Amino acid sequence: MGRIVLENVVKRFDETEVIPPLDLTIEEGEFAVFVGPSGCGKSTLLRLIAGLEDATAGRVLIDGEDVTEVSPSKRGLAMVFQSYALYPHMTVRKNIAFPMRMAGMSEAEQNERITAAAKSLNLTDYLDRKPGQLSGGQRQRVAIGRAIVREPEAFLFDEPLSNLDAALRVGMRLEISEMHKRLQTTMIYVTHDQVEAMTMADKIVVLQAGVIEQVGSPLELYKTPRNVFVAGFIGSPKMNLLSGVEAAEYDADTIGIRPEHIDISMKSKKGSWEGTVGVAEHLGSDTFIHIHGIPGCDPMTVRAGGDIEVKHGDKIYLSPQAEHIHKFSEDGLRIP
Amino acid sequence: MAIVAQTSKLGTVGRPILAWIVALLFFFPIFWLIFTSFKTDADAVKPEFLFFFTPTLDNYLNMTENYDYWRFATNSVITSVLATAVALFVGIPAAYAMAFNPTRRTKDVLMWMLSTKMLPAAAVLYPMTFLAKGIGLFDTHFVIIIVLALINLPIVVWMLFTYFKEIPKDIIEAGQMDGVNTWGEIKEILIPLAWGGIASTALLCFIFCWNEAYWTVRLTTTDAATLSKLIEGNRAPEGLFFGRLSAVSAAAVGPIVVLGWFCQKQLVQGLTFGAVK
Ligand SMILES: Nc1ncnc2c1ncn2[C@@H]1O[C@H](COP(=O)(O)OP(=O)(O)O)[C@@H](O)[C@H]1O
Ligand SMILES: [Mg+2]
Repeated sequence: MGRIVLENVVKRFDETEVIPPLDLTIEEGEFAVFVGPSGCGKSTLLRLIAGLEDATAGRVLIDGEDVTEVSPSKRGLAMVFQSYALYPHMTVRKNIAFPMRMAGMSEAEQNERITAAAKSLNLTDYLDRKPGQLSGGQRQRVAIGRAIVREPEAFLFDEPLSNLDAALRVGMRLEISEMHKRLQTTMIYVTHDQVEAMTMADKIVVLQAGVIEQVGSPLELYKTPRNVFVAGFIGSPKMNLLSGVEAAEYDADTIGIRPEHIDISMKSKKGSWEGTVGVAEHLGSDTFIHIHGIPGCDPMTVRAGGDIEVKHGDKIYLSPQAEHIHKFSEDGLRIP
Repeated sequence: MAIVAQTSKLGTVGRPILAWIVALLFFFPIFWLIFTSFKTDADAVKPEFLFFFTPTLDNYLNMTENYDYWRFATNSVITSVLATAVALFVGIPAAYAMAFNPTRRTKDVLMWMLSTKMLPAAAVLYPMTFLAKGIGLFDTHFVIIIVLALINLPIVVWMLFTYFKEIPKDIIEAGQMDGVNTWGEIKEILIPLAWGGIASTALLCFIFCWNEAYWTVRLTTTDAATLSKLIEGNRAPEGLFFGRLSAVSAAAVGPIVVLGWFCQKQLVQGLTFGAVK
C-alpha cells in the first residue's frame, strides 16, 4: 500500500502560481526525494500530498483513491516536520501514543508499539520526559517514533534533519534509510541538500520554481542530467560548466564536466586547458583543487587524489575525459 | 557612563516611590469605602469622627436584612460565571479559526469586532430595552448573561487570538496528520497549550462582567438584579446611610478585589496580551 499519484496538480497562493500543472507518480514502497533550491515549492508539494494545502486544481490519488477533498487526518499518512512539532505539553510516551489514541487503538497494543518504537529509536530512558527536556536529535527521534507507530500508508518528511548538527545529520540519515529498508513503506522526503537526496533516494525529483526538472534514480541524474540546471545541482563538488569557445568545440552551447572526470598534469598536452592553482582543499582521501584562468569557467574544480602536492600559483594543465563530457544546447537541454 | 549610573540609581529609588504613589491614589477610594463601612451611619457624616471613631461591625452584620445582599450576590455570580462561559464557548472556536486558518479578511473581522466596543452603549439603550421587554426577557438571568457575554466577546476573541497566534502552526498540523478532527485539535492540543492564556482571558472577562453596571442596572428590576444594581438602586433614597451603604459596597467589590489580588500574575499577563512570556 502507498502508491501516490499527482495528476495535473496546480497550487496558487492568491495570484502567485507556486506549482504549475504537475504530474508525478510515487510507487509503492519507494523512497522518493524532492530536492531543489529553497523556495522552489518542495514543501508545498509535500503539503498538497498531506492535505495540509488544498490543490487549486488537479487530483491527488493514494492507492488509486481520489483523496483531493479528503482531510489530512483521513489520508493515512504520517509526517515528520522540520521543527519536529512535538506536543510540548505531553511526555514522550504520550506524544508517541497520540496518533494511536486518536485511532482508538487498545491500551495494550499502544504500549507494545511504544516499547518497540522506543527501543529501536533509543528513547526507552526518555519516555517520561517532556520534549523541552530533550536534545534536538532526541526530539527528531520522537517525531519519527510518533510517525511509525501508526503504520501509515506513507511517510512524509519535510527537511527533517536541517535543524541538526552535521555529525548527527549523517547518523540520522542512515537511520532513516535503514528504517525504510526494514519497513518497506513509501517515503517522501524533502530536502534542499543534494547529498541527502543522492544517498537516500530510490527516486529523486528535482524541482525548480515548482517545475519538475527531472525524475530518476540518483545515478541516472548523475550520469545523464536532462538539462543544465540538474547538471549543476546534482553532484558534489558541482559540475564545471563551460560556455563559449570551449563549448563550441564540442558543437554545444554549454558543456559540463564533473571534477572527478578531469585529468591533471604539470605538463601541457594536446587539447588541455591551462590554469593556475587557487585553493587546494585537502580532505585526506581526496583533494579538491580550484583552478583559475580557464576561459568560461572560473574557478574550475578538479577532484584529485589525496596525496597530490600542489600549491597556490602552480601552473597546471587539465584534460577532460571525453566520454564524460555533457553537452547542452542553447535552451539548456541535454544533447544526446 | 556616570550619567547612566546616576539615572539608574535614581530610578531604583524613585520608581518604587512613584509606583506606590500611583497605587495609593488608585486604592484610596476603596480604602475609604472600607474605612467608612466600620462607622455607624451617624458617625459617618460627622467631621469630628473623620479618622477617630469607635469601629462597629453592625453594618456588615445587618447587611442581609438591610439589603438582601445574598440574593444580589448570587445573581452576580450566576450571570458573571455563565456569561464568561458563553463568551469562551463562542470565542475559543472563533479565535482558533482566525489564528490557524486566516483569510484575507481576518484582520478586518478582528478590527470590526473591536470597533463594536467603540459604539456608545447609550446609543442602543432603547432598542435593547424594548427588545428585552418585547420578548419577555426583561429582568431575567438569560438576557443579562447574553448581553454580558456579547459585550465582552470582542475583547475575549482578541485576547485568545493573540495567545493562539503564539502556538506554532506546525503543532496543529501535526495533530491533523495524527488523525484528530477539528474538535480534537481544540480539546487535545489548543486548550492544553493555551491554558494560561485562556485562564487570563476568563478571569478578565469575569471581572468585567462582575463590574458591569450600565446594562445590569437598566435591564433588571429585582429577579436578575446584580450587585451593581443593588448599589446603584440605593444611592438616592438611602443617601444618608453612609455607613451601611459603604459596607454593602465593600461587600460588592470585595470578592473581585480579593480575586484580583490572588490572580495578579495571570491578570498582568492577560492585560499585556501575552507580551510577558
Ligand atoms: N501560505 C503561503 N502563502 C503564500 N505564499 C506561500 C505560502 N507558502 C509558500 N508560499 C510561497 O511558495 C513558494 C514555495 O514555498 P515552499 O514550498 O515552502 O518552498 P520550499 O519548501 O521548496 O523551500 C515560495 O515562494 C513561498 O513564498
Ligand atoms: Mg520547505
